[in-house]
Amino acid sequence: MSPSSPASRPRSGATRGGDWPRVRLHVVSGKGGTGKTTVAAAFALALASGGRRVLLMEVEGRQGIAQLFDTPPLPYEERLVAVAPDGGEVFALAVDPEAALLEYLEMFYNMRRAGSALRKLGAIDFATTIAPGVRDVLLTGKAIEAVKRGERAGKPAYDAIVMDAPPTGRIARFLNVSSEVAGLAKVGPIKSQSDSVMAVIRSPRTAVHLVTLLEEMPVQETLDGIQELHASRLPVGAVIVNMMRGPRLSPDGIAAALNGTLDFDEVKAGVEAAGLPRRLNPTTVSKVLMAEATEHAQRIELERVERARLDATDQPIYEMPEMSGGIDLGALYAMSRMLREQGAV
Amino acid sequence: MSGPQMLSPLPDGTPVLDIDALIDDPEVRVIVCCGSGGVGKTTTAASLGIRAAERGRRVCVMTIDPARRLAQSMGLTELDNTPRAVNDVDTSNGGSLDAMMLDMKRTFDEIVEAQSDPERAQQILDNPFYQALSSSFAGTQEYMAMEKLGQLRAAAEATDTWNLIIVDTPPSRSALDFLDAPKRLGSFLDGRLMKLLSAPARGAGKFGAKVMNAGMSMVTGTLTKLIGAQVLKDLQTFVASFDALFGGFRQRAEATYAQLQAPDTRFLVVAAPERDALREASYFVERLAGENMPLAGLILNRVQEVALPQLTTEAAVAAADHLDEAHEHELTAGMLRLHADRVLNGQRQRRLAQRFSAAHPHVPVAAAPALAGDVHDLDGLREVAAALAAQH
Repeated sequence: MSPSSPASRPRSGATRGGDWPRVRLHVVSGKGGTGKTTVAAAFALALASGGRRVLLMEVEGRQGIAQLFDTPPLPYEERLVAVAPDGGEVFALAVDPEAALLEYLEMFYNMRRAGSALRKLGAIDFATTIAPGVRDVLLTGKAIEAVKRGERAGKPAYDAIVMDAPPTGRIARFLNVSSEVAGLAKVGPIKSQSDSVMAVIRSPRTAVHLVTLLEEMPVQETLDGIQELHASRLPVGAVIVNMMRGPRLSPDGIAAALNGTLDFDEVKAGVEAAGLPRRLNPTTVSKVLMAEATEHAQRIELERVERARLDATDQPIYEMPEMSGGIDLGALYAMSRMLREQGAV
Repeated sequence: MSGPQMLSPLPDGTPVLDIDALIDDPEVRVIVCCGSGGVGKTTTAASLGIRAAERGRRVCVMTIDPARRLAQSMGLTELDNTPRAVNDVDTSNGGSLDAMMLDMKRTFDEIVEAQSDPERAQQILDNPFYQALSSSFAGTQEYMAMEKLGQLRAAAEATDTWNLIIVDTPPSRSALDFLDAPKRLGSFLDGRLMKLLSAPARGAGKFGAKVMNAGMSMVTGTLTKLIGAQVLKDLQTFVASFDALFGGFRQRAEATYAQLQAPDTRFLVVAAPERDALREASYFVERLAGENMPLAGLILNRVQEVALPQLTTEAAVAAADHLDEAHEHELTAGMLRLHADRVLNGQRQRRLAQRFSAAHPHVPVAAAPALAGDVHDLDGLREVAAALAAQH
């Protein structure tokens, strides 16, 4: 499997470089059910390889990272969750907008007590839920804070930040915070906060990656998402095709299965030569194998059609195979290795 | 595939969900399909709709966000909140099928418009806070789906148009979001802050004036600092006019929620045979029991069918290796590896289903096989429903 990105792109292999050398903030989005959190975690592990420090953050309050790494629910605090194979550390943070707002009030206004009084009144809940854009400014603001932390001293706290972001359908609006709060604040701290967030998000230091499956609806959402991101002048990164089946038969075999021209006698001769247990009837086995091959070929053909639609976008594409054993830590490491091999880092 | 033995996707002893009995039952007038995002809720709702209609029910299906081609095949070209007849449905048993797509903002707008004169309604609709509430507040879509269900139910009773309403629910990350939405929206709109903010416009209300002023000045002081005085004024205007319209929104939300407990309503939990989706399904099943909401069963979508499980993963891989070493029968070797993967995947899914059923032994289950392609026409929907019903 080779990604469709330009052949001229240098393949970094084990060394650093890859497709996003300048990017510090990797935003990972995708339609629900496409494995966005898993891919974000694998991306973080890949970025951490070679002794780097990476922060993996989630913003939707569902503790997906904790479930993935099989740890207790994450507090609003950066915690080490995984170590990359050749050194390097992945820290994780579940950003809670209420906690972020209280932190913000304390940091800029020294209003800790007022903050807790406001919370009792429901004002914090209010500000983080309905005041247009405030919630998103807080969540993205936390990511930008992590990007900038230590930069001035020449020692950034993290080499990269990976955000497990809201789904594709909402990602452009989520990131486009300054236009979101435009109706709310023309001046004042929210405005300046959103401007400084926007400055980083629109810069080459950010890339928005979209996770998809090679199925009609997720691909359509991905294409729509790319268009929306472009329209909002947000930096589109890679498309990551997750849970790829990929052809398990030769191109000839796939074509024959698709056209209904598989040779029964040939398959059966193979079955007879394969040394299967005697209790299995070669004819039955051959029929089952052919039916399965046909279904597989139909699936591959669909993937091919959807893949062609993605290729037309000219974004780099990485492919993650379906993990037939399910997702565990081992699968995450395997996926992070594949991302490195395909030039993602 | 008929002939060779199949691995049952469900563990032995799992009660089977009888789909036809459910959709044929005249006592059942509402079916709500719930589950986490990406598990095929919309397809399930639509396929049950067409099967029920062709078996004689007069059905209305409300979908939330159908795939474009599926929507087109059902004649859903406009997102306009209006149920329309689906063509090419077999009505010879006396049934019919209407379908609609939910537009949450429009549903909210309509509620506002229905509650007030045009001028005041417009004032609310133009307010930036209302726009945020009606388009991006977490829970609005879920709540509006419930409101719409209430409207459809009322229309069905008044005009005797439909006798079965099937509802798809929004693609939230958690199935529980659907049930939590009314409380969330209700307590939010009836919260103390909303009361404080709306107070200047309507007098002291039941709060003491002193408490009000102290609380108010701190809140307004902080908010002014953060968002500016004009915005705060917009906010107060919104809160006051919204409050004047809806009085206790909480009561409205509670009533909307209560209709889900009606005796003619059944829930179907939809899941894919994946860990996360089944965990969500588990939470949801427990919650329904706690709320006295009747669960019809679990629909397990996209289950890998495994024919000939006697040809095990190990045996198939060994045989493929054997052929590869001999450098012959490359095609058969590839097919054997393909089979090995299928068996492995099927067994993993079966283990997950087993875990669910062990925790919920009385929940009936129906499994739908994974199809090679996406479903985007009526025949595809019929096929899905037939597979679900065939298990009984």
